[in-house]
Amino acid sequence: MKKRKHLAASLLIAFAFALAGCAGEEATKPTAGDEKGAASAQTAPATDKSAAGASLSDREKQRRAELLAQRRVYFAFDSSTIDDEARAIIEAHAANLVANPQIKLSLEGNCDERGTREYNLALGERRAQAVERMMKVLGVAGNRIKTVSYGEEKPLCQEHNESCWRQNRRAEIAYK
Amino acid sequence: MQFSLKWIAVTGILLWSFSARAVLTIEITRGVDTGTPIAIVPFSWEGPIKPAQNVSDIVEADLARSGRFAVLPRKDFISTPHEDKDVVFKDWRILKAEALTIGSVRLAAPGKFQVQFRLYDVFKQTQIAGFRYNVSADLLRSVAHQISDIIYEKITGEPGAFSTRIAYVTREEPPRGLPVYKLQVADSDGFNAQTVVRSAEPLMSPAWSPDGNRLAYVSFEDKRSKVYVQNLTDGRRELLAEFTGINSAPAWSPDGTRLALTLSRDGNAEIYVMLLNSRALKRLTFDPAIDTEPSWSPDGRDIIFTSDRAGSPQIYRMNASGGSAERLTFEGDYNARSSFAADGKSITFVSRSQSGYRIAVMRLDNRTQQVLTDTSLDESPSFAPNGRMIIYATEVRGRGVLASASADGRVRQLFKFEEGDIREPAWSPYNRELQYKE
Repeated sequence: MKKRKHLAASLLIAFAFALAGCAGEEATKPTAGDEKGAASAQTAPATDKSAAGASLSDREKQRRAELLAQRRVYFAFDSSTIDDEARAIIEAHAANLVANPQIKLSLEGNCDERGTREYNLALGERRAQAVERMMKVLGVAGNRIKTVSYGEEKPLCQEHNESCWRQNRRAEIAYK
Repeated sequence: MQFSLKWIAVTGILLWSFSARAVLTIEITRGVDTGTPIAIVPFSWEGPIKPAQNVSDIVEADLARSGRFAVLPRKDFISTPHEDKDVVFKDWRILKAEALTIGSVRLAAPGKFQVQFRLYDVFKQTQIAGFRYNVSADLLRSVAHQISDIIYEKITGEPGAFSTRIAYVTREEPPRGLPVYKLQVADSDGFNAQTVVRSAEPLMSPAWSPDGNRLAYVSFEDKRSKVYVQNLTDGRRELLAEFTGINSAPAWSPDGTRLALTLSRDGNAEIYVMLLNSRALKRLTFDPAIDTEPSWSPDGRDIIFTSDRAGSPQIYRMNASGGSAERLTFEGDYNARSSFAADGKSITFVSRSQSGYRIAVMRLDNRTQQVLTDTSLDESPSFAPNGRMIIYATEVRGRGVLASASADGRVRQLFKFEEGDIREPAWSPYNRELQYKE
């Protein structure tokens, strides 16, 4: 439920930025849930600079804004494999980080409630590390990334069903 | 008089806790009518105001919960003796009682109670135990559990585990504000709960020291997992592990000098052993997989743990000084969080089948595996120190609750606290300090 609210908020924000044509701003606000931060975000170095010099079409800008607005990537059960959807999100954030070297971030690994808590603590770390590894491959310096695992201790959704569980199996990308 | 309640389906025994808040209900979800038939005559009371703790009720609930006794209904009693001279064995033979307990509670001095009890063998018409205790009001529950232990041991020939405690974690979410996590310690029947640690961030994995005086646990109070050890008598605590990465899954060596734990300071979740006096660390596992949830064999020679090195979480055993590991579980694709029974002959763990996560027991001699529960989100099993019961966490109507099962799976019960989400129970070792009998 809560998650849906966030998603709706994120999409709205993304849309707003797309309209305004300043996709890069999104990166400077602290967290996805912080709507006020987004609204008041000041102009940051635009991602256009980094995007291989080419000027982005409006559609590409919108797409990038949408990806950057997503601060969560999801995983399959007992897995830390990054799927295509997650990869696109991580690539967008990595590009943003490369373009904005002053930004640091924390990657928070989480699990659904199934399975044991200690195993899930290790699994959550593995998820955060999987995202970290990919960001490093994409050129983000390791000292800008911090990983933490909350295991199954910080669920977004408290119900005991698959639709909830899939929201909880996640890594959160939190800008500092 | 009939006591042929076949597989009692949901018999509620309501017990009221007189501590500050919690009302606790213990619901027997699976029972048996085997077990020694015992009559427990409600203890007499001499004094102006009845004490809040009803000793004979506590004894009755303990014995009923164990699955080793068939407690006879009081309404069928022909006589209600409190003194030795009033016992008429014929009255109890008619009821087919094999054992009889009588007793009394007397206000001996202001705030001081004298509890007496006697246990009889009805067939042999002899007294097989009799003790007198002089205690303050706050120890009446302890005395009741000790009486249960004595009865249990005299009748079954094995030590009871009623005078033990359980540690567990609760989570409450107030309508506004931060959630509240508490590490609690209660009597083995769930009553008399005390808060050991309170935090706005998650608490996990309480582990008892072998002397029962300290708890190791994981706290996220600094926004990441760190391992602490807290003394239960003076409340002092030490931060033991705050390395980079996760610091988790503490487990005491049986001699109390070392702590096995899971750290990812070298990049990946591995099992280490820390010498408690020097804090020196030794790494035991070297595998790119997740290695976690260590637990010591009672002789201190082996450590069992969870690893997904073969693709899914399974239980492995290695020497406590490290080396190669032998896989123990092969049934199912998820077996985790294992720990030993005190005799070292069996282990309990969480095992996933198609219908969910359940508590299983494996005998190590022939590797036979038995699933004890039939709910779907069961976690964190630990044996009572006498090996006869297992406490675990499960979920009922969306809420975490504690439950216990006899190690043979024949008896089960739910501990229903009125509020909060309860998880991560850990059964204490025997507590040898609580002895007040004369």
